[in-house]
Amino acid sequence: MTLIVQLTLVSVVPLLIVALGGLMSEKSGVTNIALEGLMLLGAFVGIWVIRELQNATNPLPMQLIYFIGIVVGGIVGGLFAMTHAVASIKFNADQIISATALNLFAPAFAIYTARSIQGAQQIRFAAAFRIEKVPLLGDIPLIGELFFQKTYLSFFLAIGILAFIWILLYKTKAGLRIRAVGENPQAADAQGINIYKVRYLSVMASGILAGIGGVIFVVTTSASFDATVAGMGFLAIAVLIFGNWHPGRILLSAIVFGFFRTVASAYSSVDFLKNLNLPREFYQMTPFVITLIVLAITSKNSRSPKALGEIYEMGKR
Amino acid sequence: MKQNEQHLKPTFLDKTLQVLKATFNVMKPSLIAIGVGLLFGFIIMLIFNASGAFPGLIRLLTGGLGSGTKVLGDILLHAAPVILTGVALVVAFKTGLFNIGASGQMIVAGYAAVHIGVLWNIPGPLHWIVALLAGIIAGAIWGAIPGILKALTNTNEVVSSIMLNYIGTYLVVYLVKQNVYNASTAKSLNIQPSAELPGFGTLFGNSKVNIGIFIAIGVAILVHYIFKKTTFGYELKASGFNKDASRYAGMNAKRNIVLSMLISGAIVGLGGAILYLVNGTNLGTTYDLLPEGFDGISVALLGLTEPIGAIFAGTFLSYIKQGGFYMQVNGFPQQIIDIIIAVIVYTTSISVAIQLFFKHLKEKRLLKKETSLENLKGGSDK
Repeated sequence: MTLIVQLTLVSVVPLLIVALGGLMSEKSGVTNIALEGLMLLGAFVGIWVIRELQNATNPLPMQLIYFIGIVVGGIVGGLFAMTHAVASIKFNADQIISATALNLFAPAFAIYTARSIQGAQQIRFAAAFRIEKVPLLGDIPLIGELFFQKTYLSFFLAIGILAFIWILLYKTKAGLRIRAVGENPQAADAQGINIYKVRYLSVMASGILAGIGGVIFVVTTSASFDATVAGMGFLAIAVLIFGNWHPGRILLSAIVFGFFRTVASAYSSVDFLKNLNLPREFYQMTPFVITLIVLAITSKNSRSPKALGEIYEMGKR
Repeated sequence: MKQNEQHLKPTFLDKTLQVLKATFNVMKPSLIAIGVGLLFGFIIMLIFNASGAFPGLIRLLTGGLGSGTKVLGDILLHAAPVILTGVALVVAFKTGLFNIGASGQMIVAGYAAVHIGVLWNIPGPLHWIVALLAGIIAGAIWGAIPGILKALTNTNEVVSSIMLNYIGTYLVVYLVKQNVYNASTAKSLNIQPSAELPGFGTLFGNSKVNIGIFIAIGVAILVHYIFKKTTFGYELKASGFNKDASRYAGMNAKRNIVLSMLISGAIVGLGGAILYLVNGTNLGTTYDLLPEGFDGISVALLGLTEPIGAIFAGTFLSYIKQGGFYMQVNGFPQQIIDIIIAVIVYTTSISVAIQLFFKHLKEKRLLKKETSLENLKGGSDK
């Protein structure tokens, strides 16, 4: 049981962070199905930096290396997201198409670069970032065992990001502006809000979070990066929709989806699930089926931002 | 005098030039996109391998030609499913829908075809025909689901298609493992010879090229005809152009959405069946989405969302992919092609803006000329 919780948290953290990234972009009215590509490119550069730092003659402390890798991934994701932002905000591109271009570009670029420089496409690194026990907090009965043992720095980072975005969107002037731009850009414009600036920053924020999530996903689930993030970016979109564009519900849906992902990979070690004798593919499919059903039921009264995906034309009513 | 006469009577040459110019104008956005894509690819090649970049580019552009007729056959073989997914995307685009679910539709259809190709015993040419039909039906069902959801509850077809891509992929891995698994290759079993599409590879140095390419071209022409000449095609276009107006005109917008997605899925399904009804092409059991499903997006965009355009764009894509394959000889990973395609897709997405930009530049230059002329005039008046 403890194992399942700990493993689920590993899946929940990147899903939550990337879905919050999607939330930032979509709240401002720009769809972002490029999360997968943004994650991937962030992970690619972030993991590369982590490996180089690990191979240095006097390596820094592991947690610091991890943190640097996360920051690098965030910067790369943020910069890469600007290409989507420029296309969809300045050049009135179809947001689905420009995002698809990003999704096509990221894996090709990662494989091409890795093969050109090091001959192979895999980037191996030492998976030595797990914190066995947080001092003091790890000694609390039950809670300590579940959340403060065998955990990662990224778990605490995710809590921080969730709190930050929740407060930003619902308790600050900036958040009000972002939401206004996503709901009714014409009215927001009339209030003197700079639509373009708000959208650029929001899309950049979504890229930063996706890049961070990409590094975290690879570091906590693998010992090498193989030019893929295994559909986590698309799963994060499902989390965002299942979470009805609200941070609290996104957290809940990330937990649900993370649980199913964990069960899919670890069901054979749980007797109860093993006895059910369901194929592995069934568990992998479930989150997507749930999302499809929820989507079908709730689309009529979904709380998605009203101007989502629409090109802003000044003067249009 | 002579010059004036020529101006009055357009010669044959003038007419051809006019046609060429018109064709060029239509193709301009695609040509710009291809140019930008190749330029970007070339820059990336320069960064990683400056001395080899130019020979590499030449190989990329000519690799599909130089090495005998087998290559030509392979290009046509691979072009068929790509053209079909492109045409399928065009059908959806024309109705104002984005069928990003081609990957899922294709793999489901591929499985249906392989299932019949491996397990059923049907005599003679009937075997591959039944397998093709099964692929079409499977693709149509998988494509119709997002259409039905969109029509009934206004579910965003992009997101539901993405979900169905994954559901289809996992489902097919399960079914392959369950029914047609070859444990030694971790792939599906080979199809029976009677289920293979009839080939004519002997003409092309024993390539595996088959009738798929003719089917693809035929479907593209058929779709072109439907959109140009039939009421049904007109209704589909009208619903895509303005949903409310088409409903006001008495068209059934919801029915059109479902039908458009169903047809789009069926065409993708046909492509999926053609892709897998070839000896030596087997369904895998990894959980990756089928990349061929995403080629349709680039083909439809490069083909200017016209079915006939998709024929050329699909063949072009297959051609440079072949070139990319041969570029590995020059030490370049073939992913350079995927990078170039991604840039092409990106450029077409902003092509309207790019053309406006060029037009703006031209106008600015003209304006400058005029003002400078006026200035000159003004100067002489003084």
